[in-house]
Amino acid sequence: MKIGKWLAVAFGLLFSAAALAQQPIKIGIGIAQTGTLGGGGKAALLALQMWVEDVNAKGGLLGRKVELLAYDDQSNPATTPGIYTKLLDVDKVDLLIAPYGTVPTAPIMPLVKQRGLLLMGNFSFQVNHTVKHDMWFNNAPWGDATSWTEGFLQVGQKIGAKTIAFIAADQEFAQNLANGAKEIAKRSGLKTVYEQNYPPTTVDFSSMIRAIRAAKPDMVFVCSYPNDSVAIVRAVNEIGVGPTVKLFGGGMVGLQFTPVMESLGSSLNGIVNYNSYVPGIKYPGIEDFLQRYAKKAVEAKVDPLGFYLPPFNYAIGQILEQAITTTKSLDQKVLARFLHSHEINTIVGPISWGPDGERAKPAVPMIQFRNVADKNVEQFRQAGKQVILHPPQFKSGDPVVPYEKARGGN
Amino acid sequence: MAFSFELLLEAILFGVLLGCFYAAVSIGLSVSFGLLDVPHVAHPAIMVLGSYCTYLLNRYGLDPIVAGIALMPLFFILGVAIYRFYYETFEKRGSEAGVRGLAFFFGLAFIIEVGLILVFGVDQRMVEAAYIGRSLALGEFRIPWRMVVAFGVALVLTAALTIYLSRTFTGRAIKAVAQDEPALRLMGANPVRIKQWAFGIATGVTALAGAMLIVVGPVEPSLDRVYIGRTFAVVVLAGLGSMTGTLAAGLILGISESIVLMQFGASWAPAVAFGLLLVVLGIRPQGLFGR
Repeated sequence: MKIGKWLAVAFGLLFSAAALAQQPIKIGIGIAQTGTLGGGGKAALLALQMWVEDVNAKGGLLGRKVELLAYDDQSNPATTPGIYTKLLDVDKVDLLIAPYGTVPTAPIMPLVKQRGLLLMGNFSFQVNHTVKHDMWFNNAPWGDATSWTEGFLQVGQKIGAKTIAFIAADQEFAQNLANGAKEIAKRSGLKTVYEQNYPPTTVDFSSMIRAIRAAKPDMVFVCSYPNDSVAIVRAVNEIGVGPTVKLFGGGMVGLQFTPVMESLGSSLNGIVNYNSYVPGIKYPGIEDFLQRYAKKAVEAKVDPLGFYLPPFNYAIGQILEQAITTTKSLDQKVLARFLHSHEINTIVGPISWGPDGERAKPAVPMIQFRNVADKNVEQFRQAGKQVILHPPQFKSGDPVVPYEKARGGN
Repeated sequence: MAFSFELLLEAILFGVLLGCFYAAVSIGLSVSFGLLDVPHVAHPAIMVLGSYCTYLLNRYGLDPIVAGIALMPLFFILGVAIYRFYYETFEKRGSEAGVRGLAFFFGLAFIIEVGLILVFGVDQRMVEAAYIGRSLALGEFRIPWRMVVAFGVALVLTAALTIYLSRTFTGRAIKAVAQDEPALRLMGANPVRIKQWAFGIATGVTALAGAMLIVVGPVEPSLDRVYIGRTFAVVVLAGLGSMTGTLAAGLILGISESIVLMQFGASWAPAVAFGLLLVVLGIRPQGLFGR
């Protein structure tokens, strides 16, 4: 009888262990599929799904399949605390990936810090600056405001710029970036001649562009979200920013998205703006990824080129994969310790993090659009349509100035 | 920022153009909400639908404004169908129709938004026309042609609706149903049919407003959320149901936003514009042109 009891317990343990082994590792994310960040979010989610397919084809992680649970945050920061609470308490996910972008990520930072959870950042900017969560790891190629803006300001100063104008959206990301850029500009001896914040519901930017023209700056640093970026480019092409402006751009989100680039076409010429990856940068494995992505993107009706977010989202998967397989653990503290102490090889190059969870070695390409034609999406696959001005390791050319000349205006 | 007379003049000029655009996107609502008292919160969503239809026709080479005009009969039929459904399921059933109707139109707005996402995706869409991306040079001033076109269409639309409502038999019947529905019924007219017709006109006009929306800037499926506050503000400020009032209210909002942007900063623009709305309503609760 006694032996029978022990056998029953042993079988029970065996079965429950087997059942656990068959349960998938759940990874949760709230990511914009609609709203202003939806275009980027859809492409990013496709890349994450590609990683899940790839890792499951290799047998999963720790002998378990990987399952991705994704909810649409509608580009709305008000939705993300609810989504992440559901992911944790109802869906019982094992790991979390942050929403795409600074604004939707900011509200969940206190939640993950309180619960002591690992959070893989997803292209947000300085969102951990005040929270100081030590289990945060951003996939973005930037660190603080210096890493983002120094390229633009350095290029400008090299060509003799002494004054600068700022326009920035009244949003967490844009304000963080603009404030950082203003400080750096001040330290660099640049004089600010115009600054304007605008609400996200702004319909037309003609008045702002006219005011910039009147202020006669040498550089214009713009911190905008996708819808605003398009409206600003359009207004600039109609009104012109004046002959004094040497560089225009800097922090315009949206000009990296293929549908926006295709629609704006030649209006993009001359703009100097940040990017994450452009053709010409050599990372091992990225070309294979982009070829596979391009096929899936057509079916999924998302960004057909996928240079901006998708490789970096695939990299999130690679980072988690290497941390889990090396440590053989899903313990969030163990994984965080590993990531703080190791450099991870990804399709967007090797990534390591500083104590704040941002890139230890930032690499933000500052590019200038050149010779872009209208209605031609394929042109962007060639190197040279986005000439890399900074950083030196990626540099492929010098800026064409002033901006009005570079854009072919008057 | 230092005061500049030239910049002020330009701010007023841009304000007039922007204000006319605001009036144009609100004028359909002025009929449906202002005259018919239908809580039509799906108005901006239908306008965005009009923008996407314009986008489709523009891909075949049709000018956006011509496309908007071509879409008006289709949207008229859509409006008639929407009102009939709303009447049969909500309005006919009594006094709580307003609140439940609000839920109906919110639902309609969500369905349109989700439908657009499923068909077109979430990316921004734009149209092409000779007047987009170019500007009119007036001395030192450069005025985007797309805003001039919006200005012209807004003026024509306001004039056409004002004449229609005051000079034609059905137009006067629409005004009558807004003023005293039971009296109209006693005279043997069918107010439901008149309201149905009026809602069709409001929706038809919204198609043209949608065409203007995509002329002025790129659209994406959730853009209706940006316009919901502005369009209702214009209609309420105007005084419910006044077409010329809608134009005047649009101009007030546009000019005040533009001047505030120039002098105090863009962040203050919506606050001042809506503050102005509160002040006007405090002095004249019926709106500027309401009776």
